Amino acid sequence: MPGFIFRRLLATIPVLVMVAIIVFSMLRLTPGDPAAIIAGDSASPGQLEAIRTQLGLDQPILTQFLIWSGNLLRGDLGRSFFFKTDVTTLIGQRLEPTLSLALLTMAITLAVSIPLGVIAASRQGSLTDRLIMGFAVMGFSVPVFVIGYALIYLFAVELKWLPVQGYADLADGLWPWLERLILPSLTLSVIYIALIARIARTSVLEVLGQDHVRTARAKGVSRTGVLVHHALRNAAIPIVTVIGLGVGLLIGGVVVTESVFNIPGLGRLTVDAVLSRDFPTIQAIVLLFSVVYVLINLVVDISYVFLDPRIRY
Amino acid sequence: MSMAGIRVRNIAGAALTGALVLGQTVAAHAESTLRVVMHSDLKITDPIWTTAYISRDYGYMVFDTLFALDADLNVRPQMVGDYSVSDDGLTYSFTLRDGLMFHDGEPVISLDAVNSIERWMHKDVMGQKLFEFTDRFEIVDDNTFELHLKEPYGLVLLSLAKPSSNVPFIMPARMAKTPGDAQIEEFIGSGPFVFESGEWEPGNKAVFTKFEDYVPRDEPPSWAAGGKVVNVDRVEWLSMPDQQTQVTALAEGEIDVLEQMPHDLLPLLEGEDDITVWSPNPLGYQYMFRMNWLLPPFDNQQVRQAAIAALNQEDFLKAAIGNPDYYEVCGAMFVCDTTFATDAGSDLLVTSHFERSRELLAEAGYDGAPVVLLHSTDLAVLSNLAPVAKQLLERGGFTVDMQSMDWQTLVSRRSNKGPVGEGGWNALMTAWVAADILNPISTAGINASCEDAWFGWPCDQELEELRDAFARETDLEVQKELATAIQERALEVVTHGYTGQYYVPMAYRSDRVEGLVPGPATYFWNVRKNGE
Repeated sequence: MPGFIFRRLLATIPVLVMVAIIVFSMLRLTPGDPAAIIAGDSASPGQLEAIRTQLGLDQPILTQFLIWSGNLLRGDLGRSFFFKTDVTTLIGQRLEPTLSLALLTMAITLAVSIPLGVIAASRQGSLTDRLIMGFAVMGFSVPVFVIGYALIYLFAVELKWLPVQGYADLADGLWPWLERLILPSLTLSVIYIALIARIARTSVLEVLGQDHVRTARAKGVSRTGVLVHHALRNAAIPIVTVIGLGVGLLIGGVVVTESVFNIPGLGRLTVDAVLSRDFPTIQAIVLLFSVVYVLINLVVDISYVFLDPRIRY
Repeated sequence: MSMAGIRVRNIAGAALTGALVLGQTVAAHAESTLRVVMHSDLKITDPIWTTAYISRDYGYMVFDTLFALDADLNVRPQMVGDYSVSDDGLTYSFTLRDGLMFHDGEPVISLDAVNSIERWMHKDVMGQKLFEFTDRFEIVDDNTFELHLKEPYGLVLLSLAKPSSNVPFIMPARMAKTPGDAQIEEFIGSGPFVFESGEWEPGNKAVFTKFEDYVPRDEPPSWAAGGKVVNVDRVEWLSMPDQQTQVTALAEGEIDVLEQMPHDLLPLLEGEDDITVWSPNPLGYQYMFRMNWLLPPFDNQQVRQAAIAALNQEDFLKAAIGNPDYYEVCGAMFVCDTTFATDAGSDLLVTSHFERSRELLAEAGYDGAPVVLLHSTDLAVLSNLAPVAKQLLERGGFTVDMQSMDWQTLVSRRSNKGPVGEGGWNALMTAWVAADILNPISTAGINASCEDAWFGWPCDQELEELRDAFARETDLEVQKELATAIQERALEVVTHGYTGQYYVPMAYRSDRVEGLVPGPATYFWNVRKNGE
């Protein structure tokens, strides 16, 4: 196992190098000039040039890349063009809201999606099954921001149970933190619940048709016992795999959800950085998201060993 | 009690404690905290380095000015107590008023003012013009300084009272000595608010608190002039990117002021008795159709004339703003109802003359080559302009290739002087804060100094001579005549087409906010917040 983890970690290096090169190149090749954005609309061409020089954007692209990658190797992600601070500090400031949102979303998702999938599988073809699968199709099809607006309208505007927007640090108290995260987490979890519930249903159905399940039932194990101890455990690998792959979905959803609910997290930072062509920040965030994606899928791979003793690395 | 029960109770207890903690926090901060969503997030805190309007508004919070323009467009002293002009018009003497102090406790002295003006002179378009006429500054004592001119200049006070970007804000001399191409790193001013840099979270919020030692003038506030009396303890600028969320947050009372209310969301606030919608900026904004003089076909004067003959203001305003309460057809290049307003020479521009457009194109020998029109898609007040321009130009005989992109891409591309095949462009549309274009010197669109002109690079010696004559003139009536001549010349050679004036409403909770001061920028002195 340690050898496997080491090899996998080693394999992430070329992935990250490729990500770095692609992101750097794409940003430089797409139109958009940070200097023009900083300078403002009525800036003269001379002012524009001065700002470009100050940001180092007057250097050839290769020179810019060498400077950036050299700094990266020393652990320096650079300084934001706009936020007047190191990108590392910036990301550190934005980490808590996004982590909070992601963790609560995952908690809601797991608490809802797997039972839904199992219930749908155990009552295949019934009205309950159809309703759950109908919800799954809808949840997967409706854009995140529409769900967000609908929840705001219902719970914040009409019922006035929860605030419209904003974020409170956990240090400010549990309820202030939670009440501002409920709606965004529900919003973000809908698509994830839809995805995992479908996979859970399919996987459980597949296991329910196997011999060992029939044997267990024949031996008198209850329906619930079969579902929990036999079907679900054997269906866990595809479900965990989808959770890992779904991190990409989560990252995309975070960007939209944080904008709709005004949460100052990494998603908002991504949008701000892209709109203002803040190259150092965009590069760092994309690298960070890539690392997170790779590491989560590594954890998923490792979890296989515990979910299925037949798997060895 | 079961373990589960204990856990539930603990969580509920924690939640209650949290709620109480929040309650105390809110109570501590609730004292007169004005929560505002501005038009943009504050990222740059050097209002001289950038012309961005959010930085200008930050400047009005933190810094003060020597002079300011009032609601009647008169120049009034602000930090200056007394001033005089020598009989030959070459020496201006300024004395700072008593009690001026920076946020770090240091008094404001002449050196601060002189260094600040010198830095601004090298960045701002009106400052640069003033610099051309300036011989030297002379510091008489800590409170008095003189500006010596090489020759009489008619816009000295108007320049020092410039209301919009770049505003000649006064900052400590050590900050003002920062080179113009580098940003200032401190947040110290002598304005009515202190910037709480420790609470600044770029992309989230910026916090200002009342500067207790600020000494306001005695006069009532009028735009950026008069007494800047602060009646709230804190002003929080909250960054909120989603417009729908902004409006909902205002309706639900989570914010107090929405600085720029999107026109298309105005119906959402109908029936909200506690919310007032008004236009704080009486001058508004002006749309601009800009052509690139460097490339065919707009390197030809007749083709440029044909373009403005095809355009009309009403169609742009209807498409972009929609609600006639918030727009105005206006033939004045220097903004309607202002000192230099005239509609001279604007007949061809204000309404469409398609037949005339086609005649002019035929005379110019236009070969039907496509005009590359840049279309900004992501800013609501701009996104509908280019499609209207395309349709009008095509009716006037042009072939148009409209290329869509986000605003930031357009801003980047407009500086490209190269041919269309190498990322160049022929025409674009943008908007100006009207306060930036109130006279022929500050109006970037009619700067016809070729390579040094604003994007589009008009080049006309006669127009530049007229602008110089305007700058030298000290008699207001003669200045008005010159402004009229400049407008006529600008429309004859077609530096640009100005395609309508519009206003952006502000929405605020009138059940708890009062005293907002109108003006071409957004100010927070004089504002009271009730109910807290």
